[in-house]
Amino acid sequence: MAATTDAPVALKKNYLTALKEALDEEMQRNSLMLCQGEDIGRLGGAFGVTDGLQAKYGEDRVVDMPISEAAIVGSAVGMALNGMTVMAEMQFIDFISCGFDQIVNMMATYHYRTAGEVNIPVVVRGPAGAYGGGALYHSQMNEAWFCNSPGLKVVCPSTPYDAKGMLKAALRDGNPVIFYEIKELYRKREIEEELPTEDYIVPLGKAAVRREGTDVTLVSYGQNVYHCLDAATELEKQGISAEVIDLRSLVPLDEETIFNSIAKTSRVIVVNEAPMTCGFAGEVVARITTKAFHLLDAPPSRVTRMDTPVPWVKPLELHVLPSVDKIVNEAVRLVKF
Amino acid sequence: MGHVRPTDEQFFRTMIRLRHVEKALSDLSASGQLRGSLHLCEGQEACPAGACAALEKEDYLTATYRGHGYVLAKGTSLDKLIAEVLGRSTGLCKGKGGKMHLFDQEFGVLGTNGIVGAGVGTACGAALASKLDGTNRVAMTVFGDGANNQGHLMECWNMAVLYKLPVIFFCENNLYSEMTPLSRSHGNINLSERARGFGLHTESVNGNDPHAVFEVVSKTADRARQGQGPTFIEAMTYRTTGHYQADSGTAYRTKEEVEDWRSRSPILLLKQRIGAIAEEIEAEELAIVQASVTKALSEPTPNPNQAMTEVFA
Ligand SMILES: Cc1ncc(C[n+]2csc(CCOP(=O)(O)OP(=O)(O)O)c2C)c(N)n1
Ligand SMILES: [Mg+2]
Repeated sequence: MAATTDAPVALKKNYLTALKEALDEEMQRNSLMLCQGEDIGRLGGAFGVTDGLQAKYGEDRVVDMPISEAAIVGSAVGMALNGMTVMAEMQFIDFISCGFDQIVNMMATYHYRTAGEVNIPVVVRGPAGAYGGGALYHSQMNEAWFCNSPGLKVVCPSTPYDAKGMLKAALRDGNPVIFYEIKELYRKREIEEELPTEDYIVPLGKAAVRREGTDVTLVSYGQNVYHCLDAATELEKQGISAEVIDLRSLVPLDEETIFNSIAKTSRVIVVNEAPMTCGFAGEVVARITTKAFHLLDAPPSRVTRMDTPVPWVKPLELHVLPSVDKIVNEAVRLVKF
Repeated sequence: MGHVRPTDEQFFRTMIRLRHVEKALSDLSASGQLRGSLHLCEGQEACPAGACAALEKEDYLTATYRGHGYVLAKGTSLDKLIAEVLGRSTGLCKGKGGKMHLFDQEFGVLGTNGIVGAGVGTACGAALASKLDGTNRVAMTVFGDGANNQGHLMECWNMAVLYKLPVIFFCENNLYSEMTPLSRSHGNINLSERARGFGLHTESVNGNDPHAVFEVVSKTADRARQGQGPTFIEAMTYRTTGHYQADSGTAYRTKEEVEDWRSRSPILLLKQRIGAIAEEIEAEELAIVQASVTKALSEPTPNPNQAMTEVFA
């Protein structure tokens, strides 16, 4: 039947478009904001996140930088000290290591070492994550390095709505934020959604319950949220009710949402793509065991990447990464515990 | 010291094999049989062909994600290289490294790398080791024009000059880093002049002429072996395809510019020079490459349990 109203057809947007809109709107509202990165201007970014921004805001505010990650993040600190807000793009988040010193020793500590006199409103963002055949240096989730550097906030949205709202929140936060975008989600059709037409932010430090359940809590972020949701569907067939929490923000961490869930389920699995040893899942488990031990009926558990680099060939890559099967198996084990 | 300079026919053979390898890989990529980014060196084949012919088997090499030509020209088995790219357990690194991360100790190939500039320090270390152990090996490290802006390279140049390391910094200046021309990413586009600022000896060469590349690398390798230290070679060349398979290579370059370089492609030039035999060589090399791809495709991918081995020595 033909449509009978004049209401405009709402447009679903992908994760990448959501990020682009966030940058565009923040550039619009904050004339002291600048974007810099490799091939972000004329090209619009290797993945297209900054597409069109240079044409709109000019070469002085959307700056194409040489292949010099240390200069990209180091100079962002200097601009921030002069009252500017900077979005610094890493073409892949793996390359952030080339600017590591400037981030962990300078960007992270300036507010502290000046006893709060200055803020460093810098967002370092870039595509992250495996599952796509990027091999060792185009696949990493290296968030733990930065979670271990006080002064940095670390976030990772998993939906278009959050991608936009959290990027806007990060750019207004006043603290340096390392912003993990999941490249496998950039253009994923299944997760496209309508976005509000009015200005909105998603506050950093708030987790989201993506699915309610009563038997086991699956805590995750980024791409693994979808693995957890698929696992929950599978578990339901086996009579197990799983609750899925999307952390969204690692630093600061929303402990309350996690503990509230465990109060219901008494069992928890933390799932992430980074290697297990000293990965963020370990931190979540540590907080649960120290602060919510009394709520548990089984030891908290982790499903993470194995402690290996990300190998090239698909069967090896998939073997070391979290999967729906691994989550389901672990949940079944915990429920029987 | 020094090698006999290969003939036109020999250079043509090396380059056409590389071209066929790249064509095969890009076909596999297009048909979904090869995952991830693929960086071709079409138009730049004279650099690997010329440079590696001037090196000894024992000499060291590091190169970029675009470096499979160097690895092949250095002597690495075609079968093992193809098998690695296709993720087979018979590959150079048993499928763990993949197409951007080739390694073959037997031929001194200390790695191609997915991180811009990453192998430059490795080459300096190999050169220092060679100096210390008296083997007189030279290390050649290949990188692009864009890589010159990485701090790591500048640290390495200084170190190499300071300790007179037997290292050759081979810069493939193809005028672009990804989609950015030199003039939009370098304060001083004269890369040799920048290198001289560090005290490096420099050479410039037509990177589309394998003979010229051979001569300059021979000369600078001799120099390095005689204890006269490092050289920065700037080889002027051009990739006639995009940066990687998803880039047409035309959005940021004019058609005329690409066509002009295409008409000066090293393979085309040599083909015209050697005449009828070119087609014969081309057919032979095509058959070799096809056989290698077929062989690799029939070989097993590694057992998933292999993923957890070799993390530590
Ligand atoms: C440290 C780092 N930054 C960025 C990239 C992304 N990247 C891959 S290739 C490339 C361009 C390199 O240009 P150039 O050095 O001129 O070599 P070419 O690709 O032209 O051979 C960039 C920016 C990377 N791989 N590593
Ligand atoms: Mg280049």
